[in-house]
Amino acid sequence: MLRFVFGRLVAVVPVLFVVSCVVFLILRLAPGDPAAVIAGSSATTADIEQIRAKLGLDRSLPVQFGIWLGQVLQGDLGYSYFLNKPVAELIAQRLEPTASLAIGTIVLAVLIAVPLGALAAWRMGGWIDRALSAVSVAGFSIPVFVTGYVLIYLFSIQLDWLPVQGYRPLGGKDGLSGWARHLILPWAALSIIYVALIARITRAAVSEALTEDYIRTARAKGVSEQAVLVRHALRNAAVPIVTVIGIGIALLIGGVVVTETVFAIPGLGSLTVDVVLNRDFPVIQGLVMFFAISYVLINLLVDLSYLVLDPRIRY
Amino acid sequence: MIRRAFLSGAIALGLLALSQPDASAQAENRIFRFVPHANLAVLDPIWTTAYVTRNHGYMVYDTLFSEDAQGNVKPQMVDTYSVSADKKTWRFTLRSGLEFHDGKPVTSADVVASLKRWASRDAMGGVLSDFIDRYQATDARTFEIVLKEPTGILIDALGKASSNVPFIMPERIANTPGTEQIKEAIGSGPFIFKADEFKPGAKAVYERNPRYQSRNEPSSSMAGGRKINFDRVEWVIIRDPQTQFNALKAGEVDMVEQPAFEQYYTLTKTAGLKVIDFSPAGLQFIMRFNHLHPPFNNPKVRQAAMLAMGQQAYIATQVGVPELGRVCRSMYPCGTTYADENTGDFTGTPNIARAKALLAEAGYKGEPVVLMRPTDLASIAKIPLVARQQLEAAGFKVDFQQMDWASLVARRAKKDLPSAGGWNLFLTAWTAGDISNPLTMAMLNAKGDKGWFGWQDEPRIEKLKGEFARADSVEVKKKIASQIQAIAFETATHAPLGQYRQPAAVRDIIDGVLETPGVPVFWNITKK
Amino acid sequence: MNTFERLWANGAFRYGATVLALVLVMGVLAPFLGTVDPAVMDYNNINRAAGHTGSFTLVDGSQVAHAFWLGTDNFGRDLYSRVVYGARVSLLVALCTAFLALLAGGAVGMLAGYFRSADLVLMRLMDGLMAIPAILLAIALVAALGASITTVVVAIAIPEIPRVSRLVRSLVLTLREEPFVEAARALATPAPVILLRHILPNALAPLLVQGTFVAASAVLLEAILSFLGLGLPAEIPTWGNIMAEGRTQFSQYPGNVLYPALFLVPTVLALNLLGDGLRDVLDPKFSKR
Repeated sequence: MLRFVFGRLVAVVPVLFVVSCVVFLILRLAPGDPAAVIAGSSATTADIEQIRAKLGLDRSLPVQFGIWLGQVLQGDLGYSYFLNKPVAELIAQRLEPTASLAIGTIVLAVLIAVPLGALAAWRMGGWIDRALSAVSVAGFSIPVFVTGYVLIYLFSIQLDWLPVQGYRPLGGKDGLSGWARHLILPWAALSIIYVALIARITRAAVSEALTEDYIRTARAKGVSEQAVLVRHALRNAAVPIVTVIGIGIALLIGGVVVTETVFAIPGLGSLTVDVVLNRDFPVIQGLVMFFAISYVLINLLVDLSYLVLDPRIRY
Repeated sequence: MIRRAFLSGAIALGLLALSQPDASAQAENRIFRFVPHANLAVLDPIWTTAYVTRNHGYMVYDTLFSEDAQGNVKPQMVDTYSVSADKKTWRFTLRSGLEFHDGKPVTSADVVASLKRWASRDAMGGVLSDFIDRYQATDARTFEIVLKEPTGILIDALGKASSNVPFIMPERIANTPGTEQIKEAIGSGPFIFKADEFKPGAKAVYERNPRYQSRNEPSSSMAGGRKINFDRVEWVIIRDPQTQFNALKAGEVDMVEQPAFEQYYTLTKTAGLKVIDFSPAGLQFIMRFNHLHPPFNNPKVRQAAMLAMGQQAYIATQVGVPELGRVCRSMYPCGTTYADENTGDFTGTPNIARAKALLAEAGYKGEPVVLMRPTDLASIAKIPLVARQQLEAAGFKVDFQQMDWASLVARRAKKDLPSAGGWNLFLTAWTAGDISNPLTMAMLNAKGDKGWFGWQDEPRIEKLKGEFARADSVEVKKKIASQIQAIAFETATHAPLGQYRQPAAVRDIIDGVLETPGVPVFWNITKK
Repeated sequence: MNTFERLWANGAFRYGATVLALVLVMGVLAPFLGTVDPAVMDYNNINRAAGHTGSFTLVDGSQVAHAFWLGTDNFGRDLYSRVVYGARVSLLVALCTAFLALLAGGAVGMLAGYFRSADLVLMRLMDGLMAIPAILLAIALVAALGASITTVVVAIAIPEIPRVSRLVRSLVLTLREEPFVEAARALATPAPVILLRHILPNALAPLLVQGTFVAASAVLLEAILSFLGLGLPAEIPTWGNIMAEGRTQFSQYPGNVLYPALFLVPTVLALNLLGDGLRDVLDPKFSKR
């Protein structure tokens, strides 16, 4: 198994290389010049050229990529053109809000969707099942910002129960309650999609598991329905459920970008939009590397979880 | 049973967490929360001309002079000043007791270093540098500026509020080259920047500077005394206009610098909120021609385009609120010192017949003109649509290119043929303070290849600008400014497309917001 | 019963196909459905409520009596017209994206699945592409290429290609072991012919299913890009950019966001259900996603 993990970690390298090449090419070949943005509106062409030279943007593309690669291999992700901070520090600073949002969403979605899906499968054709089928597809058919605005309108403006926007860090002076209060609406808006997705797969997987022979055996043995559902059906349905959770996490960043914008959460999502629009190349390259590594690690975790969930799987 | 108890316990805990308000040790009316119009990314007001950084500068730094509400430049950090009989030596004495946030006193050496750095980046500072022979720090509180020849713009330049502002920094920081960003934000201003609480993209925090030496006079625009009524000012970055509005309504923030125009009417009608115009001179739209390439290398074609413009439509489309806009023919914004209604044939209303005649005279054969439009900058994204409509009505063929702002600024720096990656037209907006005199108005930089984007080569304008810098009375300056404007209209440097104000929105409990040339200042404001 | 009858018997497919057909018809017949030019701005009719009747000024200055069934937006443009015409572009973007993703993904998948040598390189490339968040790629591409229907389609399609290629590749890997493929190889049939004549028809059904899901997420992604300011410019109405423009006034005039949402959500729903139905009927084995 260690060889498996090691092999996967080593496979990160070509992935990272491809990722950084693709993004590098798109950015440098695209129109848009960070030097011009930095120079501002009162500048002249000479000013812009000066800034370009200072940033090393006047060198050829392979040279620029080589320099950046060399830096990265030494552990230096570079310096933001605009924000005057090391890229690594920027990412570290904005990681907590995004992680809070993302992890909270997935946890919330799983806690709601898995029981819902299992119940729907257990009572196939019952009202939970039919309600779920009807509503779940709608869940991932609504754009996140619409859900977000509607939630803000209802709960913040009309009812005044929850704050409109912002993020309170966990270690900050508002403590756990401040952190949670500011994240409830964003979690709700984002998790609707994942509840729908996960509930659907759970229902499908559990209903399939329930048709297996071992379920009949368990019932015949006198095992309670609850134990049948949880200990037998759900456990055997775990693999496809965890798979879709893994896919969901990978898709999460798209929803996070929008949610962070609507709720003014200063995370990696809103950072992404800003730096791409400004052409802050070092930060974009750093972000892309970060996302790529996260993606690979999450996939690895999902695959490793199969070992725990399904003893038949061996690496 | 146990499970049920656990469940109800969990719910109770959850509700408890929800009901707890955000704890805050300070009294609410001593904290002011402000939503700036853009993200505060860069902290060096000399390195960048970005307005939000300039506004940050006024929190943390102080200036030698400031302009009051009547437009007179008054001493701020300076105590007394005088000029020699031959008008070439200016002597300044700083007020006593001025200190930086790190406790060190403000000395002439700091001032000289700061001015040098500022002049290396600022347009007006650059013009000034040509006049300056040397700076001299005679003692800790006195310094001299010795000129090669007299100029009337020295005090104006030192007191201007338009970017870049000559903020005074400690010498060791000011010695950073102008092309690099400074690493610390230490000034002698009314607020101290809390670098440890700064979260780029989220929040910037300022604390009252208890050692700030305010002048003992009433406040008047940027000049005079500065009474600070808050212990803490937070700049909360919210990009989404709807979220800004919601936050203001919910009382989570106290002031939104530039609410979207679409929300104006709602803001005036919402209980608990009010609209405040702290920048009456406002802003102005312009359209800039590329003088290097056909067809706009022909002045007749430029004039044709200029005469096809109707300011009303720009205001109606981009601003949308009629009472916030005004037709103003003058290139210097109406309400500023040099505004002049003598604008030749240009009236601000479309004269299609004359435009078509001019095009025919110029031999325009329908060559497409590349008009650039930024899709992601909401404040100016709509005006190119109006431009296209009006240009086409006059007979122009428009090649409409839509791109994001970063692409646009890259493309407008290119001197290539429009069909090969260059451009013919772009539109933008300037705050009144930035274009209120011929030295700071970028469009009047007519140095040809070395000039502003558009690269007009008009030596007459440059010569008159030099005379303007040498003039020492306002009357003479006005005369010269008018002459420059006349030439600018004759040669169609650019087209002014309408003036407008963009009021801020505040909660009812906020009072005392000062009128300034566009800088939101946090002294004098009170919160109930 | 034949395939079509089986499909029609499936509730999800029925709903999906009906709604899509209706939206398609609405888009095609847009000029005849009581609409005016969706790009024309009339300053006298700003932010009218739904159901307002009045006169509308056209480009040439003439006035026409018009009922603003859904009101107007803050430019004075008729919201109903914009939503109806918006159907055209939203559907066009969805279909083109699906087509492009299927074409490119299918090609890559078939090459990777059939030729061992190509597999290694291509799949590493696809892995890398999948590791870049779709939204970041889309933003970068639109920022790079400028906003037009073509670039938005390309920007949304490219992130979908890896998943399609994976699907096709796994299909090809199983299919190439089938007897009829072996037979074709024995007869020295050239590889392209095998791929196109033998393998592709068997992969068509799951491809179609995947295509509907791609189309559904394309409509949503276009709305998100518009929300972030990177969608199609406003003269070309899409449901996404109507909502994006309306969001600054959401609490005052929620109609600007809710009316296009009223069309967008059922359409995306329909595409998803269409895919569900197709999958249930045509390929119950290949229940991916």
